[in-house]
Amino acid sequence: MIAPPLIKKLVASQPAPAPAEGPTGAEILVDALVSEGVDTIFGYPGGAVLHIYDELWRARDRITHYLVRHEQGAVHMAEGYARASGRVGAVLVTSGPGATNAVTGIANAYMDSTPIVVITGQVPKHLIGTDAFQEVDTVGITRPCVKHNYLVREASDIAGIVREAFHLARSGRPGPVVIDIPKDVTAARSSYSRLDHVGFPFSTGVSPLDRTSLASALDAVLSARRPVLYVGGGIANAGADELLRTFAETFSLPVAPTLMGLGGFPSAHPLCLGMLGMHGTYAANMAVAECDLLIAVGVRFDDRVTGKLATFAPHARVIHIDIDPANIGKNVAPSLSIAADARHALSELLSLSRRENKQQMQGSVDARQHWWEQIRRWQRSQPLRFSGAPNQIKPQSVIRELHRLTNGEAIITTDVGQHQMWVAQFYPFNRPRQLITSGGLGTMGFGLPAAVGAQLAFPDQLVVAVVGDGGFQMTNQELATAVQYGLPVKILIMNNGYLGMVRQWQEMFYNRTYSEVDISVAPDFVKLAEAFGAVGLRAERPDQLHDVLAAALAHKGVVVVDVVISKEENVFPIVPAGASSSDMILQSEGV
Amino acid sequence: MRHTLSIIVADQPGELSRIVGLFSARGFNIETLSVGETLDPRWSRITIVTRGDDRTIHQIVKQCERLARVREVHDVTTRPHIEREMALITVQASAGVARQEVLSLVSVFRAKVVDISHTQLIVEASGNKEKVDTFIELLRPIGITDITRTGHIAINRLAAGEERNEDEYLLRQGCEA
Repeated sequence: MIAPPLIKKLVASQPAPAPAEGPTGAEILVDALVSEGVDTIFGYPGGAVLHIYDELWRARDRITHYLVRHEQGAVHMAEGYARASGRVGAVLVTSGPGATNAVTGIANAYMDSTPIVVITGQVPKHLIGTDAFQEVDTVGITRPCVKHNYLVREASDIAGIVREAFHLARSGRPGPVVIDIPKDVTAARSSYSRLDHVGFPFSTGVSPLDRTSLASALDAVLSARRPVLYVGGGIANAGADELLRTFAETFSLPVAPTLMGLGGFPSAHPLCLGMLGMHGTYAANMAVAECDLLIAVGVRFDDRVTGKLATFAPHARVIHIDIDPANIGKNVAPSLSIAADARHALSELLSLSRRENKQQMQGSVDARQHWWEQIRRWQRSQPLRFSGAPNQIKPQSVIRELHRLTNGEAIITTDVGQHQMWVAQFYPFNRPRQLITSGGLGTMGFGLPAAVGAQLAFPDQLVVAVVGDGGFQMTNQELATAVQYGLPVKILIMNNGYLGMVRQWQEMFYNRTYSEVDISVAPDFVKLAEAFGAVGLRAERPDQLHDVLAAALAHKGVVVVDVVISKEENVFPIVPAGASSSDMILQSEGV
Repeated sequence: MRHTLSIIVADQPGELSRIVGLFSARGFNIETLSVGETLDPRWSRITIVTRGDDRTIHQIVKQCERLARVREVHDVTTRPHIEREMALITVQASAGVARQEVLSLVSVFRAKVVDISHTQLIVEASGNKEKVDTFIELLRPIGITDITRTGHIAINRLAAGEERNEDEYLLRQGCEA
């Protein structure tokens, strides 16, 4: 149904409109957002977006705006919201510094394929190019880290651009889209009616899968003696977790998820080998090093997964399934590829397999007995482990305790670094969209705002941001946002007084030269939490850990838990950068 | 190996920089570039000459195809094709032997004199890269003071049957260097 055009009476305080009839650009924008299903937007006002904010205030029963404390936080919140819910996140920021502050968040969403639409204000058209106040070339700055961006020139273009932006953000390989709107365009009037179905002259439809490739892929799966399924963020994005499970179970395939793939396959499942890559499990990395068939689904052969490319899965035929054709052959040349989303490809493979002879299929599964025995030996010989210490809280034990107290059900967000890897290793995720982490860009400060966004998407679920003391200090001002809107996120600071991952590399690869990683001069995080109107708790000794965590999780409001962990704990296993994944270092010398 | 890519992109502001930016961001190299309208004025054709092994070229093509406003990308080099570029060359040649030498080269290369003064000539030459390179090399000892070269443009040859062998045709004209 086409809604009537929005024609509103002039409000006295509004600036003089152009003489044309119809709603203003700001009114069109807000209505177009509503028609895309946006009911939540994260943002920060400024001069160039005043008309839009004026309209948003009138539309506050249709769209709830969440006022952040820094634009980077707005974009991370939108990403947390989008990744938890599967919907498109929406952001509104002003021109100049508003836009540049948002860039880190946009780049993060680009690397992790998260659908968000970021609306940035721009100086009026006649001032563009004059170095006007708060002018920056937003379209130019964001160009390399968006799926697409727009500079809106006419109010009459807004509706079509918003429709296409949301379509682009969520279709294919999802990602961020930026709409830059000059201030005068938001004041100009234009005729407007809601768009029903818009054909996009530029986008390409889903092409049918190549039957020959599917058949060859199935043959390869059936004839492989030592297969491994390597799965990533594409599983959650395509909603393919159930199909993946059926696929793995049908063919008895060991599954090695990437960091972004955690939860896309249940970690507790007997077929799951644990995370693959630089800090992955011994079994997962060895299985890939020895496999004869690597079935890569929804992944991009990131360097943190592959290590040295020449020795990655050296004995394997590679089947690569990914929605983004540019990912195929980018780092590893597969012997077979299917450019499709994981859901489409896996469902086609499964339906093809139903035509196979049951006995033959059982035969091929049985032939993998030796392979599974080998994998079980790897798992038994080198499980993830850590040594206890009587007077220090071990970070791994914090994550284990968190897992126990949350029954493994919490939505967890993280920054980047050691704490992120401990979460990946010691919090087994069993459902997609449960772990929201900065994977590709590795953004410190992502966890707290992402948790706020995820909490908004799921108000009744427990959302815990596990962060480092470094990352926390990059975006902790968003505590105010969480408190203002009563979003009861729990922030768990893994506080070792160091930029821990950098310190670990300096210890292992730079002769223990701890160059500029000591951040032990820091605010008292308990007092800081209290200053924001949140609850602050601290655990310093192992015997306090359980009670403090339990109290934090039981509290109904925002809680910051400062967990003082052993200072020089390292993440193991580790595959040194550029080394072969089978050359992983399993634990510290002398331990 | 050298490849000539033909990229059909919406004729909208900023689309050229999107493509050029993609090349620099991903470490691909651009040897020459030219942009012009296509038969349908809503679309432009960007012709880029680049170098790389097959995998790099595939990657460039796919990365370009990801762009929302790119309709199609062809590697013209994979099929028989015709390439052209143009050069405007200012040559130091007063009346006399030097000028005669320039004029005879102009004739052999089917180039054109487009401007002349007492001491200099501007000549216009077009052809594939090798021809233009050779022409410039032969003029160089006479004294070139300035050169402006366009980027490459390229088009695939007509299908067999209607195909006219251009090299043979040109050979009969006796002019192609």
